[in-house]
Amino acid sequence: MAMEMRLPVARKPLSERLGRDTKKHLVVPGDTITTDTGFMRGHGTYMGEEKLIASVAGSVERVNKLICVKALKTRYIGEVGDIVVGRITERRRSAEDELAMRGFLQEGDLISAEVQAVFSDGAVSLHTRSLKYGKLGQGVLVQVSPSLVRRQKTHLHDLPCGASVILGNNGFIWIYPTPEHKEEEAGGFIANLEPVSLADREVISRLRNCIISLVTQRMMLYDTSILYCYEASLPHQIKDILKPEIMEEIVMETRQRLLEQEG
Amino acid sequence: MASVALSEAEKVYIVHGVQEDLRVDGRGCEDYRCVEVETDVVSNTSGSARVKLGHTDILVGVKAEMGTPKLEKPNEGYLEFFVDCSASATPEFEGRGGDDLGTEIANTLYRIFNNKSSVDLKTLCISPREHCWVLYVDVLLLECGGNLFDAISIAVKAALFNTRIPRVRVLEDEEGSKDIELSDDPYDCIRLSVENVPCIVTLCKIGCRHVVDATLQEEACSLASLLVSVTSKGVVTCMRKVGKGSLDPESIFEMMETGKRVGKVLHASLQSVLHKEESLGPKRQKVGFLG
Repeated sequence: MAMEMRLPVARKPLSERLGRDTKKHLVVPGDTITTDTGFMRGHGTYMGEEKLIASVAGSVERVNKLICVKALKTRYIGEVGDIVVGRITERRRSAEDELAMRGFLQEGDLISAEVQAVFSDGAVSLHTRSLKYGKLGQGVLVQVSPSLVRRQKTHLHDLPCGASVILGNNGFIWIYPTPEHKEEEAGGFIANLEPVSLADREVISRLRNCIISLVTQRMMLYDTSILYCYEASLPHQIKDILKPEIMEEIVMETRQRLLEQEG
Repeated sequence: MASVALSEAEKVYIVHGVQEDLRVDGRGCEDYRCVEVETDVVSNTSGSARVKLGHTDILVGVKAEMGTPKLEKPNEGYLEFFVDCSASATPEFEGRGGDDLGTEIANTLYRIFNNKSSVDLKTLCISPREHCWVLYVDVLLLECGGNLFDAISIAVKAALFNTRIPRVRVLEDEEGSKDIELSDDPYDCIRLSVENVPCIVTLCKIGCRHVVDATLQEEACSLASLLVSVTSKGVVTCMRKVGKGSLDPESIFEMMETGKRVGKVLHASLQSVLHKEESLGPKRQKVGFLG
């Protein structure tokens, strides 16, 4: 059995750790961004008393004449075409609903869906009109902040390490064993409750811990970053990945590899 | 207890994983998550401690006040426990939602300390039948991430280790009236011996195996749990079963043995961390709440 107790260590600010020269201009709601009225105001700002004031907490981004504030931590804001993973909390009670849906979907079930439309009050309507969406079977759910999931062309990835992952735009990440038979998909409503093999479980647990370490170090989540982090974590035991010093080491290595790849 | 909704398939995945000794975060059935302990975080208490176990965050403060001894035990002081489940831990605790859980935890704490050897209460006596020290132990739940009882008992032990009670002298007048004199030196204190203070080990039954230090998801898959209160020497002071499901006698025996084994290691780790913290002296960097 393993038991580790330690004294807490103060976290170092991110910019110090990365050795960045240019510090981000961070603002909180109510801070003045600039008194120069020549700028166009973008998201996260408003005009008041001859100056531009921030309305969200985040970093200021400037593109020529446009100033906007990118929030560091946001609630999920739906857009048409987003892929989301969600849990059923409540359902409409009508006679047809009882007859049709009860057999397939229960309260507490997880589904993957695509956003069809966004209402003015922020509510979204979802559809599962494709065989790749539907009820999710066995796997692990990780909840992260939606601002850390990068917008990409596709959000359903089959990683070469042996598991698949769905990066929901709403911050719900679903990791599951890659299904063997891809051709005959029953639409995902009949869950496979066979025990998952130990090798697959190890891959899934390792991916879960890697995603959590990326999120703790505020790195964007996308297939390449998760894969590099997985490969960097291979020398360590799965349960050790969550230890603070090993987490830092793995994410530092991931960051370097990503910079090399881009540069 | 704070609960989390899970789908059937997720529960099946967790249960099968426990059978193969590989939990969702890669731990084995007898592994704890990383624990962070810090004492002396609240300045206006006699002793305090903060424990972080995964997503569970507990703050304990101990205040020593003077009171009258209980009638049946005139030579001893006593401990009073109060547990506050704050609404910031989970929305279920808003208003009076956390009161039930708070009383349950407080009653468990009273039970595990309800024996002669856990804390030497005679050191808390100032003058028999008249004055004694009462230690008010207040537990605050800041965040709920599973395995509350273990974290709370670790925090209570750490806070009692950190408690410094001022040394007092009783002076008698010619008329017979007693006066209590506090020492001038603020560092002249008595400290409690926490050698025999027990810690709780919660064992959750999942499938046909049991796990130590369950997360909220694992607690949702378990129907019955056993709380075992163990001292550093492996002596069990109290045992309690929680949950709707049933446990058969062999399981209870196995879980108790696991609890004793795990409890001894828990105590050893806690002792070494507390001594290490104390050896850093008064100049150590306090992380506190803004670290």
